[in-house]
Amino acid sequence: MSVDTEIKAPKRSTEDARSLKLHRRHARTLKLFDPAMVRMATIRSFAMLDPRNMMRNPVMFLVEVGTVLTAIVTVQSILSHQAVGLILYQAALTFLLFITVIFANFAEALAEARGKAQADSLRATRQDTEAFRLFRLGSDEGETISSTKLRTGDYVAIEAGQVIPADGEVVAGIASVDESAITGESAPVIREAGGDHSGVTGGTRVLSDRIVIEVTAEPGQSFLDRMIALVEGAIRHKTPNEIALTIVLAAFSLIFLIVTAALYPMAKYFELTLDIPTLIALLVCLIPTTIGALLAAIGIAGMDRALMANIIAKSGKAVELAGDIDTLLLDKTGTITIGNRKATQFVALGGATPRDVARVAGLASMADPTPEGKSILELARQDAAVDGEVPHRSTFVEFTAQTRMSGVNLPEGTRLRKGAPDTVAKYITELGGVVPDGYQSTVDAIASRGATPLAVAEDNRLLGVVKLEDILKPGISERFQRLRQMGLRVVMVTGDNPLTAKAIAQQAGVDDFIAQATPEAKLAYIRKEQGEGKLVAMMGDGTNDAPALAQADIGVAMNSGTQAAKEAGNMVDLDSDPTKLIEVVEIGKQLLMTRGALTTFSIANDLAKYFAVIPAMFIATLPGLRVLDIMGLATRGGASSAILAAVIFNAIIIPLLIPIALKGVTYRPVGAGALLRRNLLYYGLGGVIAPFIGIKLIDLMIDPLMTMVGIG
Amino acid sequence: MALAPTSFLHPLWAFGVPIAASFPLGWMMARSLDPKEAKAGKGLDALPMFLCRLIGRKTPVKMSWKDYCIALLAFNAALFVITFTLFYVQQHLPLNPDTKGSLGALGYKDSAGVQHDGVDTGVVFNTVCSFVTNTNLQHYSGEQHLSYFSQLACILWLMFVTPACGLCAMLAVLRGLRGDSHMGDFYVDLMRTVLFVFLPFCFVIATLLIASGVPMTFDAAAKATPLDGVAAKMEAQTICRGPVAAIIAIKQSGTNGGGFFGPNSAHPFENPTPWTNLLSVASIVALPMASMVMAGKMLRNARHAAVLYGVMLTLLITGTSIAIWAETAPSAATHGLPVVAEPNMEGKETRVGPVASATWAGMTSGTSNGSVNSMHDSLNPLAGMIPMSHMMLNVVFSGIGAGFENLFIYVIVAVFLAGLMVGRTPEYLGKKVEAREVKLAMLVMLIHPVLILAGAALFAAQPFGAKTVANPGSHGFSEILYEFTSAAANNGSGFEGLGDNTPAWNVATGIVLLLGRFPALVLPIALAGFLAAKKRVPETTGTLRTDNLTFAGMLIGTVLLVGALSFMPAVVLGPVADHLVALK
Repeated sequence: MSVDTEIKAPKRSTEDARSLKLHRRHARTLKLFDPAMVRMATIRSFAMLDPRNMMRNPVMFLVEVGTVLTAIVTVQSILSHQAVGLILYQAALTFLLFITVIFANFAEALAEARGKAQADSLRATRQDTEAFRLFRLGSDEGETISSTKLRTGDYVAIEAGQVIPADGEVVAGIASVDESAITGESAPVIREAGGDHSGVTGGTRVLSDRIVIEVTAEPGQSFLDRMIALVEGAIRHKTPNEIALTIVLAAFSLIFLIVTAALYPMAKYFELTLDIPTLIALLVCLIPTTIGALLAAIGIAGMDRALMANIIAKSGKAVELAGDIDTLLLDKTGTITIGNRKATQFVALGGATPRDVARVAGLASMADPTPEGKSILELARQDAAVDGEVPHRSTFVEFTAQTRMSGVNLPEGTRLRKGAPDTVAKYITELGGVVPDGYQSTVDAIASRGATPLAVAEDNRLLGVVKLEDILKPGISERFQRLRQMGLRVVMVTGDNPLTAKAIAQQAGVDDFIAQATPEAKLAYIRKEQGEGKLVAMMGDGTNDAPALAQADIGVAMNSGTQAAKEAGNMVDLDSDPTKLIEVVEIGKQLLMTRGALTTFSIANDLAKYFAVIPAMFIATLPGLRVLDIMGLATRGGASSAILAAVIFNAIIIPLLIPIALKGVTYRPVGAGALLRRNLLYYGLGGVIAPFIGIKLIDLMIDPLMTMVGIG
Repeated sequence: MALAPTSFLHPLWAFGVPIAASFPLGWMMARSLDPKEAKAGKGLDALPMFLCRLIGRKTPVKMSWKDYCIALLAFNAALFVITFTLFYVQQHLPLNPDTKGSLGALGYKDSAGVQHDGVDTGVVFNTVCSFVTNTNLQHYSGEQHLSYFSQLACILWLMFVTPACGLCAMLAVLRGLRGDSHMGDFYVDLMRTVLFVFLPFCFVIATLLIASGVPMTFDAAAKATPLDGVAAKMEAQTICRGPVAAIIAIKQSGTNGGGFFGPNSAHPFENPTPWTNLLSVASIVALPMASMVMAGKMLRNARHAAVLYGVMLTLLITGTSIAIWAETAPSAATHGLPVVAEPNMEGKETRVGPVASATWAGMTSGTSNGSVNSMHDSLNPLAGMIPMSHMMLNVVFSGIGAGFENLFIYVIVAVFLAGLMVGRTPEYLGKKVEAREVKLAMLVMLIHPVLILAGAALFAAQPFGAKTVANPGSHGFSEILYEFTSAAANNGSGFEGLGDNTPAWNVATGIVLLLGRFPALVLPIALAGFLAAKKRVPETTGTLRTDNLTFAGMLIGTVLLVGALSFMPAVVLGPVADHLVALK
């Protein structure tokens, strides 16, 4: 019985796959205030009023307590038949304080909703599917069960067109896999047993061929499941910097609590009894509500941004830590250079012409399936040195580790060879040939420029050398320049010999390199850097990368990589894009900067609020203080309009800053000094000036309104 | 009396001389207080080691931050107990020719003006707190209530060892920031600071003062017969004198401030000539300034120390300039009256004049010195606000060592905010600033405003405070606010006009003095200890620099913003309203 007939795999229609892909893409390019999400966040912001929830955020909890107190005082005023103006004023304050809490909750709920939308798009790939579980590896027999029943270590066979039921590792076969449901990218990827591209993710689809995978994650334990839980906040812990900042904010709140509390007895000295709701209003204006309200949202948005970049971070802490990275370990191939080396030049020696070299090298490469071989043939064809086929009855000599040469034996007996320079030189000497003058110097010159020399021989005659070059990715040195300005050291990791590695390192402009890198060498390098107090990030895919990934402070595993690598790292890049590390660092920095900038803004705001509230509070007893009312508030509506204006400003600045909190403040790789000056100018000085303008404008708007209803 | 333009030269000298002196002094302090391991105990340094052996400590101990704090606190606790006892039983002790009774038997007038005699330990408690905390806030009158023994064994002794304790704490913090594995030996540090800094410096100052005519004698008070004695109904005049020069020297240079005579440096025997005025005002700031140079040497980071020094200096020069500007205006009390507009001379010595008085007021309040050469109560309201603001900020040099520690706390907070703004976990001198450090720093930062505001609020609202003020309205409130600010900042200057020798004032300011001193002295050592234990992070272009103008600006901004936000309402109700009312 063939496997084909046995499996009644759920074949997802192409329509279905398309919609999934679109879903994922849509989630990655969400609008800031998507109506559906705003609706959801609004409802949730009321549910979040539960004091047990609010207590997590000391600043906003204080506002909530203040709101309740103000409400109680208002009710008392109503019961004791106070003036209508006073009751209205107190009621307005209660409402505004309440709105402040709601705005704060809304910011957090909106960020959560965006995260949830991301999570949902991922979860859509986690539908229950059927899986064909093999009884044992190597056998074709098995049974069809639900994917939820799969356990670690089970073997599952997947045919073309079927959905992979669980995270796993390919143990047999090779297949092209459509991962667009997760990454949103349409190009299929190859997954094969052995090697470093053996990892498959549940929810993706096999397009061709058949593979057998070993299940590596229990249902509900896969990376996607963990990520979904993470972005939904189920296991969101405060990150270290967030904890430290919360302490700072709580301490500032405490200072302001004392400042306002002390005002009441101080006013008594001036024979003035201050209105409790007004004092609470002052307190709420002073405590850093802006950052207090947005802090949680900033953290969630950081994770969200990582996810939009198709990076799954195992914790918020990892994203934050990324901003601190000092050293980046980047693989040469695929990151710094485009995949493979290319033939760029034929160098003739000892009376041969470059065309001779091209002809022989081209013929010798005809049966060479490696990318290097193909590029030699291509270059030879461009030079018109070879065309068409190799003469009939030629025999090919394949590359072996022993001979370290490959080539072709032509029917008339001519032997064409290409290979490592020293091997070829030895080969022709054995055949009685002579190594031409300048051979060694040519070879060395090529190698020292970061290229690989390949010698070409026809029988015992050494014709010349083919130059194989690494091609740098376009714009890569500019990118490294940016990284250097961010204060990062870039280290290139390559299997090349030190000479070649050094030349490429110079061309690309990296700070250091590890040549002939073994997994042990990488690990040793990371340990050395960490010993100097540096934080190291690296990207890897292979199982042998796992120790280094685990040792690195940020280890980004490629989604295409092995399960071991994914387990060891603290992030997974769904796109398997080696340059992603740079983005990770930027997201981390942006996260911290946004917190710092909004904290500065929030505290700088207080100055203007003092100028609004203090004169208003004491103007009755100390009329001289009118001079301090530099904004010229309280013209007709009396003192209350100034206080209400300050509270309104304090409340609406929260939703106004939600876009900055969610998108993050702009990061520019310009060095710490310039960044600080820029942020101090925008958020420090801007934070001092903005409320003066804002409060004045609000006062202008509400003043006539208040006179109308008789407050003040 | 118009102001001579040359009087404005005084502040230039008053700043120029100590700034110039701070560099060689700081260099010498670093060398003698923090000798290289190989040189420790050799040459002159053998002397403190010998003294240490006398008190039974054989070799210098490598103290952890905890040990250092415990030693410092234990030493101060011992000082407290001994001094308290000596004051209390001074009538039984020698060197009491005037048979002065126990300081506890002083009695007091309550807020209603009723005299209470009998045993009152409040004033003893207050006096001990005041001198143990290097404050010298005086609720008694030295020449009337203290025996010579108390003056010498308690007051003078404490004037030397308490600034030394501050300097020791600074040494410990610097060693922590440098990343040393231990904080040094508190007792060795104490010996060294007294022997190598305060004694020689005071010797030089005292000699110069004597040369300028300040009395230095153990003779009894001089008797003189006034020329118009009969007309003035004063047959004979008693002119107090004594070892004045020695006391003035340590009073000025040890951020002490408690004078030999009641009027402090306004008295002609304390401050007879323009030269002694310059010398005195320069020695107020010389050692605090020199300690910042020492910090640069010890941290091997002169640029960062220059930032800290520069920030303190900027604040001091700005504040003092404002005070001078405000004092050269006519007295606020004469506003609107048909009198000739002249600089404010109320409460000033005519020979000192408004500019030199305001300069002194700025400097004595910036450093936690508290000596005066004019009456701060009579300063124009805006000028009076400057000493108060200096003490509220508490980082304008402030007490020797203590000021550095206070600024260090602000540095941590500034580094934290600035560090976040450059997108990295904040770092200070290569050490990460994390939740634990931030918690300690914010705790220290909280203490100062809490002490001042809670104290002032309580006393403003209650009769035991509100009834003791000499003036109504905002000026009276300023008196209360000033007293608590001076106590919390361990300054010791008084706004005066306050009937502050009552149990309520004595106990309250005593507690504020202790809480204003010791947590802020010890917690920064703990903070430096935490940082010392951390791994050093290498510096990159992405690291926030703490040794350039940007950071200096950030630090000044943090200090001023936190200060303004904490104290603006109180200052508005006090001096600002006072000023505005006076203008009406």
